Amino acid sequence: MKIHEYQARQLFREYGIPVPDDILCYTVEEVEAAAKKMNRMTVVKAQVLVGGRGKAGGVKLARTTEDAVSAAKQILGMDIKGCTVEKVLVADAVDIKKEYYVGLTIDRNTKSVLFMASAEGGVEIEEVAKVNPDAIHKIPIDPDLGMTDFMARKIAFKLFSDIAQVKQAADIFKKLYRIFMDTDASIVEINPLVVTNNDALSAIDGKMNFDDNALYRQAEIEKLNEPTEDEKKEIAAKASGLTYIRLDGNIGCMVNGAGLAMATMDVIKHFGGSPANFLDIGGSSNPQKVIDAMNLLMSDKNVKVIMINIFGGITRCDDVAKGLVTALDQLNVKIPIVIRLSGTNAEEGLKIIKAKNLPTVNSLSEAAQKAISLVN
Amino acid sequence: MSILINKNTKVLVQGITGRDGSFHTGKMVDYGTNIVAGVSPGKAGQSVHNVPVFNTVADAVAATGADTSVIFIPAPYAADAILEAAEGGIKLVVCISEGVPTLDMVKATAYLKKKGVQLIGANCPGLITPGESMIGILPVDIFKKGNVGLISRSGTLTYLMVSLLSQYDLGQSTCVGIGGDPVAGLYFQELLQLYQDDPQTEAIVLIGEIGGDAEERAAQYIKKHVTKPVVAFIAGQTAPAGKRMGHAGAIISSGSGTAAEKIAAFEAVGVPVARLPIDIPLLIKKALNK
Repeated sequence: MKIHEYQARQLFREYGIPVPDDILCYTVEEVEAAAKKMNRMTVVKAQVLVGGRGKAGGVKLARTTEDAVSAAKQILGMDIKGCTVEKVLVADAVDIKKEYYVGLTIDRNTKSVLFMASAEGGVEIEEVAKVNPDAIHKIPIDPDLGMTDFMARKIAFKLFSDIAQVKQAADIFKKLYRIFMDTDASIVEINPLVVTNNDALSAIDGKMNFDDNALYRQAEIEKLNEPTEDEKKEIAAKASGLTYIRLDGNIGCMVNGAGLAMATMDVIKHFGGSPANFLDIGGSSNPQKVIDAMNLLMSDKNVKVIMINIFGGITRCDDVAKGLVTALDQLNVKIPIVIRLSGTNAEEGLKIIKAKNLPTVNSLSEAAQKAISLVN
Repeated sequence: MSILINKNTKVLVQGITGRDGSFHTGKMVDYGTNIVAGVSPGKAGQSVHNVPVFNTVADAVAATGADTSVIFIPAPYAADAILEAAEGGIKLVVCISEGVPTLDMVKATAYLKKKGVQLIGANCPGLITPGESMIGILPVDIFKKGNVGLISRSGTLTYLMVSLLSQYDLGQSTCVGIGGDPVAGLYFQELLQLYQDDPQTEAIVLIGEIGGDAEERAAQYIKKHVTKPVVAFIAGQTAPAGKRMGHAGAIISSGSGTAAEKIAAFEAVGVPVARLPIDIPLLIKKALNK
């Protein structure tokens, strides 16, 4: 789960990390009032859950209230990578002497929380990682020790030489680690962390993602969730035990297991077709899931053919077949279906399918080719 | 020979009285896996499929000498079950549970490292040495005893690959599903080394996925340490960036962890990568001159 910058800034404040003042606005009028109230140079920032908003023109500096109003007019309603900007943050534009990058994430390799810090802040850190990987300091944090005082100082000394700034930075690093652990985060970033003209440190942009598996114990964090339209559909699917991601193609896929679902998409593409979605019905045999999955596939008007690929393990093929037959009786499915069943109870499942005169195929390659031929 | 488990492996089931735990215990017993004990707090003295149940892992280990544990415990409590197994004297823990919080796994894997205990998973289908022992939820009918070792990040895709191998009469030494979570136990490198050292294994199938850089690291490891033939498959060649494809690990972020990069990394070290699942048995046959 992701949250907006304004929400991350609020969390930072709650933990005592210095963040410039800001006001969240939904309309041009609110921006005008906010800029007047701030009465100094501000920055108007689009609040969307995708990266690259600066490059897209979603962040503008405003010297006057008039500037802020004209920025708001441009930014509110604008489309950034498929997300419509519905709100902007009007933030105090602090004077910047130098910019840094600080972030925490999970490192699969060391199986620990990784602290990352760089004196090259303000730009996309992925770019720095590619061009100049040595410019990013990476420190795995021992889960038993946590972020100790000495470690926070050690990292701070890599970025700063002035002892007052080292102390400020170390304090921020410790707080950032606490936020990460307290909230079950998967990413926490301050980019940039800046030194202002007063030699004070300030977090002027923040990003936070959270571990979906831990949301059950993070009620306060879950309240911050503002899903996009596509995400709402994905969340509804999740509630019925399905993992659904909409894509641009026309072959609706229903598969059990994430890896097999990806491989199914790959095989369709390999033979020149285009999958309409990723849909993993998971590892259970509940026929209702199949009915929900069919409903979901049918709700996408681009779907011209449905391809079902099941490899039974925990999932029993006869249960899938029963669910499918029920779904077809209930729903008015006018488009062709290609079915491949194998694994646990495949024979029983195929018997049920064949009794309904539904076409079945033996291999994944054959299923993909058949589905593609039915689209055309 | 095989890796990690064989017919002598003494298995304990944590969560044996639960719905999934008892169902799969039955399947494992039927296959011939040497299940010696179950653990379910407050249910000592009961039995499930004739397997005696104990209150704690320590009790079960003391009474039966179990050395390996398999966990069917709901995700919020799974990491604690891993810790209990390691503290109780288990040497190999297999965690089937799906949806374990990542930070719980960070803490659990750190403790296991200290104790010298090995972990498979979480969020994995388990492992099998065909004809000897199956630990987990694998559909046993598709496996065949033989000389191909298999490591996979995915469950059902593994089943597809194994059934293809068996169709081509390419039996397996041991197959391991390592799970798709960001922080997991044994991974490609450790298992590649085990297969390299196992006399029964003649060739290795590695099934990876988009996300992370484990495949790239595996490729480097193969270059330095593995002399047996390895063939690979990467799921998610056509997945869009920034979307989590079911597995927590399967996400492409900012141009890293793509299938193209992984395929290039393998091919650069002489590991052929199958574009279609059906190519896997063909590549193995070629590698073994069969």
